[in-house]
Amino acid sequence: MLYREAGQFKTSYVSDQAVFPILQDRIGIAVILAIAYVLIPLTGNDFIINAVMIPFLIFALASIGLNLLTGYTGLLSLGTGGFMGVGAYACYKLTTIFPDVNIIIWVMVSGFFSAAVGVMFGLPSLRIKGFYLAIATLAAQFFLEWCFIRIPWLYNYNVSAAIEVPQRELFGIIVTGPRASAETRYLIVLTIVVVMTWVASNIVHGRIGRMWMAVRDMDIAAELMGIRLLPTKLLAFAVSSFYCGVSGALMVFLWYGGAESTVFNINQSFTILFMIIIGGLGSLLGSYLGAALIYILPIILRFVPPELGVPLHAATVEHLTFMITGALIVFFLIAEPAGLARLWQIGKQKLRVWPFPY
Amino acid sequence: MGTLYNILIDPFVQMGTAPDLFVQTLWEGLVGGMLYALIALGFVLIFKASGVFNFAQGIMVVFAALTLVGLYNAGVPAFLALALTVAVMFGLAFAVERTVLRPLVNQPDIILFMATFGLTYFLIGAGEFVFGGDPKVMITDQLYLPKGAVTYKALGGIISVQKLDIAAAVIASAMVAGLAVFFSKTRIGRALRAVADSHEAALSVGISLEQIWVIVWFAAGLVALVTGIFWGARSDVSFALEVIALKALPVLILGGLTSVPGAIVGGLIVGIGEKLWEFYWGPLIGGGTDAWFAYVIALVFLLFKPQGLFGEKIIERV
Amino acid sequence: MRAPGGPDVAVGDVLLAVENVSLSFGGVKAVSDVSFDIRKGEIRAIIGPNGAGKTSMLNIINGFYQPQQGRITFKGEAHSKMRPHEAATGGIARTFQNVALFRGMTALDNIMAGRTLRMRSNFFWQMLRYGPAMSEEVEHRRRVEEIIDFLKIQEIRRVPVGRLPYGLQKRVELGRALAMEPELLLLDEPMAGMNLEEKEDMSRFVLDANDYYGTTIALIEHDMGVVMDLSDRVVVLDHGIKIADGTPDEVKKNQAVIDAYLGVAH
Repeated sequence: MLYREAGQFKTSYVSDQAVFPILQDRIGIAVILAIAYVLIPLTGNDFIINAVMIPFLIFALASIGLNLLTGYTGLLSLGTGGFMGVGAYACYKLTTIFPDVNIIIWVMVSGFFSAAVGVMFGLPSLRIKGFYLAIATLAAQFFLEWCFIRIPWLYNYNVSAAIEVPQRELFGIIVTGPRASAETRYLIVLTIVVVMTWVASNIVHGRIGRMWMAVRDMDIAAELMGIRLLPTKLLAFAVSSFYCGVSGALMVFLWYGGAESTVFNINQSFTILFMIIIGGLGSLLGSYLGAALIYILPIILRFVPPELGVPLHAATVEHLTFMITGALIVFFLIAEPAGLARLWQIGKQKLRVWPFPY
Repeated sequence: MGTLYNILIDPFVQMGTAPDLFVQTLWEGLVGGMLYALIALGFVLIFKASGVFNFAQGIMVVFAALTLVGLYNAGVPAFLALALTVAVMFGLAFAVERTVLRPLVNQPDIILFMATFGLTYFLIGAGEFVFGGDPKVMITDQLYLPKGAVTYKALGGIISVQKLDIAAAVIASAMVAGLAVFFSKTRIGRALRAVADSHEAALSVGISLEQIWVIVWFAAGLVALVTGIFWGARSDVSFALEVIALKALPVLILGGLTSVPGAIVGGLIVGIGEKLWEFYWGPLIGGGTDAWFAYVIALVFLLFKPQGLFGEKIIERV
Repeated sequence: MRAPGGPDVAVGDVLLAVENVSLSFGGVKAVSDVSFDIRKGEIRAIIGPNGAGKTSMLNIINGFYQPQQGRITFKGEAHSKMRPHEAATGGIARTFQNVALFRGMTALDNIMAGRTLRMRSNFFWQMLRYGPAMSEEVEHRRRVEEIIDFLKIQEIRRVPVGRLPYGLQKRVELGRALAMEPELLLLDEPMAGMNLEEKEDMSRFVLDANDYYGTTIALIEHDMGVVMDLSDRVVVLDHGIKIADGTPDEVKKNQAVIDAYLGVAH
């Protein structure tokens, strides 16, 4: 009886079109934001913030990016790792060439480089679809991986092919580099991710989101309705790669503090893909849920069994992670292709009629 | 001008002036290509018989190699380990078909494609869990596979050919020839072709789909095992092999998803192509290009001939 | 209601003319040298036994198939190859034999998708969902609600279309096509799989669309009763060839048509 929309009548199309028309949902979002912005920095220790919250947000952002392309537009991409890498290396080059410009600006600008590369590798989608397009994105992934190792200019000719993040400040506070505090980095990442999520939500609830979903569901009908397929698909590649690029830049600059050339490999692509499959294809909430599950899983496996008296080797944790992840993927694809987000929705449905069964 | 020369002329000059190196590279590419082709072959077999895209074929190759070595290291004599591995592969194929492929049979290919990635991850985790994650050595001696190299003085230089590679080539060719004969001449082979054409028609003339699928999965498992042995012999047996497994995908694009000659030709083109490219053009751009050459070639093919060299043209109907 | 652009065509004039169109796939001839026209404001039925090439004909008009020979003249302009986008912007909308709705979206979103061509607000405002983007959404939502009222599908607005019964799906599909404010509406077997009551409803909607919106309609239909009641003129295809063209009464009495339907060899 708490979660009810009775009495909440919409008197205009504007209010009916709102993304969160139900009051309880809006309150929920406000609570979550309050927890994120206030509670966690105050009460969380450095480990939680550094090893859990920051990467969770970064992976959620990358998941949103891939979800826009694969979940909403139906274009399976295995190049996510590569696109993230383009953002990271672009940001690195930009800030080392122009060190006086605000690092946040460079983080956002690096997204455009990713978007450009994404569009380039998305051009084949004019002629190829489905599983074949996925193979084309594999070409993108392996080629970009190769670039990150074999183009020394990208990592400023560093002998170990790794990049190290220089210290940068924002209004006198150190934000990147080894001396930047976890809270600072967390708040910056949080803000960027919240804003970009809001923008993604606006886009998918409007005309562009409908065009993308139309192309996904029945591209022939979409075309016959006047939706131009190639521009629509390329826009999806551009926006998706932008999000992945920013995520990659955040990963290197505000989390790891550096990167080896193998960070943005094919496994990264698979990880993000698994996040959106489990979380829910075509759902922004799903991107968050999937990122949480996949990212937190190995952490849980590392810390919980010893508490319960069953110690596990680090290697075993890795093997179990692979096994559980793989099994979850197969399970979700068979049983609930719409992922955790759908389970969440079903839960909310039940909550709406609670305490009645239906 | 100099760069243009380096790209367009020089490599061919090198090929001509050092023909022994050229032939050597060609041979290496051929052997690699043959093994790619075998992976693709397993896939095509299963697809032709049951219409199922078993993208996990690649990881099964790795798993086969791992199981064989793991059993041997656990104390099982070599040829018994071989037989046991065949049984394990068969069981695995059966389990995969039941639990993963069959429930997804009506879904779009993309879903199946993604499911086999999940399966791949699962098998990697399980394999490393059971057998340990460190790289292992394939038991070539114990299987009486030859080692060492044969050198010829030819074409003005030396060509050295690994005996193992020759053995691989011979056995692979024999296997392909055997399969070809099996499918065209025997009763079961004919039944398989009938099933590939139409399940309903095959059922209506009394062919048991179950039996056919069992045979085909068995054949694919055998192919996977042979492939695994030779791949594992040429490089370590570890899950880095899964990257090679992914390379079977461009092979399938080139050869078409449904054609046995296509898988072979596609494999050879990819194998030889990437070796030649890496050896002659690779040094110009930093080396290591075999990581992506196959995929870029597949991409180019997809743009002009999406159905591959031998595949069937896809016509969309509304 | 008129689609943007293009010369005005007076009621009664030829809106679309199919001239000597032939189409083959591989060795199979789907359509052979077919010519007919569709006048503005009329309801034109295309009928014929199965495999006659009717859907192929619609696909050609839509621009999905390109004929090997012949051309389509639409609103005075000749196209030897009509592209889907040209057809859509020119004002041709259609429904499909197998209900080509966007299954991942609600009924409302499907119909809103039909307004895509008319939505102009750029990416920047879309990112903010404010200003021009929002007012555009509201304006088009208003139009879509008119169509929803017209088709009486208010209750199922927010239902994902995959969960709707077949009859309602067909109605939503009609709504999506009407949302394009087409000059020419192509309906591919709109009554297929419906019971008598549903057929009567659908016939009412088709007639009203023609009456109230002034939409010219070309429909493929198997139910002879519907064809005779609804259409102003009929063209009959058999094995890809036109065998009759005229009013329903004329066509009903045509011996070639009767033979074709009874399967008499000729």
